[in-house]
Amino acid sequence: MNDSLMEVFKVEATELLSELESALLELETASGDKAVIGRVFRCLHTIKGSGAMVGCNEISAFAHELENMFELVRQGTIPVCKMLTDLTLSSVDLIHTMLDDPDSQTAQKQVKEIISALGRLGSLIESREHSVRTEAVFETQSPETDWAKEVTNVSALVDNSGKLATFRIFFCPNSDIFNRGMNPVPLLNELRQLGECEVLACVDALPDLYELNPEECHTYWSVILTTTASIDSIRDVFIFVEDDCVLKIDVIGEHSSAGDLPSKKLGEILVEEGEVTREQLAEVLGKQKRIGEMLVEEGLVSPSKVQAALMEQQHLKELREKHGDRSAASVRVPAAKLDSLVDLVGELVTVRAGLNQLAFSKKIPELRSLAEHVDRLTAELRDNTMSLRMLPIGVTFSKFNRLIRDLSTDLGKEVILTTEGAEVELDKTVIERLHDPLVHMIRNSIDHGIETPEARIASGKSRQGALHLSAEHSGAHVLITIADDGAGLDKDAIRARAIEKGLMSQNSEQSEKEIFSLIFAPGFSTAQKVTSVSGRGVGMDVVKRSIDSLGGSIEISSEEGSGTTITLKLPLTLAIIDGLLVKIGDAHYVLPLSFVEECIELTGGDAGKAHGRKLVFLRKSIVPYIRLRDRFSISGEAPTAEQVVIVETVDGKIGFVVDKVIGQHQTVIKNLGKIYRNVTGISGATILGDGTIALIVDVPKIVKSSVLEEISQAV
Amino acid sequence: MSKVVMTVDDSASVRQMVNFTLKNAGFQVIEAVDGVDALSKLKQTPVHMLITDLNMPNMDGIELIRKVRCLSSAQKFVPIIMLTTESQPLKKQEGKTAGATGWIVKPFKPEQLLAVMKKVLG
Repeated sequence: MNDSLMEVFKVEATELLSELESALLELETASGDKAVIGRVFRCLHTIKGSGAMVGCNEISAFAHELENMFELVRQGTIPVCKMLTDLTLSSVDLIHTMLDDPDSQTAQKQVKEIISALGRLGSLIESREHSVRTEAVFETQSPETDWAKEVTNVSALVDNSGKLATFRIFFCPNSDIFNRGMNPVPLLNELRQLGECEVLACVDALPDLYELNPEECHTYWSVILTTTASIDSIRDVFIFVEDDCVLKIDVIGEHSSAGDLPSKKLGEILVEEGEVTREQLAEVLGKQKRIGEMLVEEGLVSPSKVQAALMEQQHLKELREKHGDRSAASVRVPAAKLDSLVDLVGELVTVRAGLNQLAFSKKIPELRSLAEHVDRLTAELRDNTMSLRMLPIGVTFSKFNRLIRDLSTDLGKEVILTTEGAEVELDKTVIERLHDPLVHMIRNSIDHGIETPEARIASGKSRQGALHLSAEHSGAHVLITIADDGAGLDKDAIRARAIEKGLMSQNSEQSEKEIFSLIFAPGFSTAQKVTSVSGRGVGMDVVKRSIDSLGGSIEISSEEGSGTTITLKLPLTLAIIDGLLVKIGDAHYVLPLSFVEECIELTGGDAGKAHGRKLVFLRKSIVPYIRLRDRFSISGEAPTAEQVVIVETVDGKIGFVVDKVIGQHQTVIKNLGKIYRNVTGISGATILGDGTIALIVDVPKIVKSSVLEEISQAV
Repeated sequence: MSKVVMTVDDSASVRQMVNFTLKNAGFQVIEAVDGVDALSKLKQTPVHMLITDLNMPNMDGIELIRKVRCLSSAQKFVPIIMLTTESQPLKKQEGKTAGATGWIVKPFKPEQLLAVMKKVLG
């Protein structure tokens, strides 16, 4: 980077110097022309600035000297004279020499000579300027200290003492800060990064809606922050706004360990803040009510002040609990015990549904309120139990650091891994089964996606490839993204390979998404050569299968030249799924909702049009269907109007004919037990609210076996 | 979606340095050589942030900041960081009065630039 920057600077400086030269010559003839002096000044100024940026400190300091001189000329304190232009012109030549050979000893000597000559010239004219100048010299010699004064500690800096302290920060920006493009939110986020932080936005100064000017800020913030950072680094967070806000930072407690964290009463905090006096407090304390309410009622403090104080109290309490209980923070429990707990909770959920039904039909108010109570408790119990099985995905992420390091060394590539959302929690089983697919995809990214350092530089990217792993919540799902900034997928190569393998026909038009999904086909690889890592085409199909078995889905987006992003959508837990409840005969079945595309009616006409074949028309395309009634050998007559649930799996779209679609159902999955382990087509069971059992249909298995049947029949 | 940042400076070295640093950090960068150029580019492409030098020919940084803050579009609220070799409080004050969000004193290191970006862009 330095070399290329240096080159740019040289070119730029040479241009500026010739501009400077011509301006100086012009100045000799038209001395005192303000515009020309301005030109000289700006040239010098830019050389100074750019020089310092690329590390040519001598040139920068020298230019600064000259600039100071011309500043005086510009102000009219000293006139333009022959001696000044002479000196400046020889400076121009000198800077040329310094550009070519920055370490030249003679040049440095000459610089000193010129500077002292300028000094003499300056002192000749007026001695006062001299002192101004020397002061300025000092300034450029230490740009670092300058900077340090300006923007220090912007990223979370921990002060040396490492002592934990809690601060109360009151931040009230002026209402016009938006007009300066200032957004308070990043500042608050910066505070959050400094330590344990509670932020309360106070909106009691907010005017009524019809008076509100949305371009003004009426919110102020009260923040409690426990951090090892010093008060100065907290103040530095607000450096850009300190003149445009009311900022109060107080230490409310210093503590080397959490044991001596203060426990303060609400009233004490308010007294300390100076919001009420001790006498006022004592007076209201006499009328026993909630202290916060009382203070507000008395009109002594605003509700948000009380809220802020409450927050502070809570913050300290939590902090103490957290630190205090660290020793007993976790208990190891065998997984089997957890599983049986989950099972029991599942059954409780079922019983609850039964109880609810009964309570609503019996019209006994007492029973009903009892049922509602049980309802709420069960829901909480279920959520809590499920969360016991949850593990943060960060554990898995951190394992990949080593993998990436080794792989990239093997392949001669440079890769930096960044991760995000390590705290996102997933069911233990899901995490365990996610490891191998993730390894596959990371390998793919490094081997196929990210280019060699040389190729990256050639295409204008940084030497090091970036690989980003992230996890985030999205409803009842977790999205896991693997993104690289490599070469991206080569659409044409995939297409060509697919045609070659007979996966698609020569002239079929397919969308980007469809083409990308081809890489999940078994045995598919566009790699020219097989390496120890990849190229055999085994991998992505395995990945797809394991993600499917977890009830998840994969999506790829890629842009040639700028990288590939693979997104996995996984259910939070395997113990509960979203299902579609259907009815065949007297029995209920559940189809996992992740497979279901849509539901349509099956009319007699359809069956007739297909000439006896089991095909249904879906928006001009033909979808084969399977009668679950036949498949499960259910006796009895089918109703005249049946319904088709269209599902989509790796093996394609297919319709399941059922008697009736009932609707969505939160399904607690139960094992069928040893005896039924070998039953194909059923993956488990669930108990419905009324106590009946619904079987969960193993959609991919049924589709697969039907496809195989079809093929064997055709042969 | 990467954020778009405009760097306004008459010095190619500074532009290149800012551009290089920000591209590496995942920003999209638009370069402008002076205030006039910046304003006309702003009208074509909205940006999330502006980094401007103060001393420039045609239209200087202070004037540019003033003009941007008077725009009628939402662009008038973008954060503006002024780059300056002048650490004199007067120049800084002038910039602030014109509506600059923050400042960096040249010369600066890439990390320092990114830290300031984080402060105003989040």
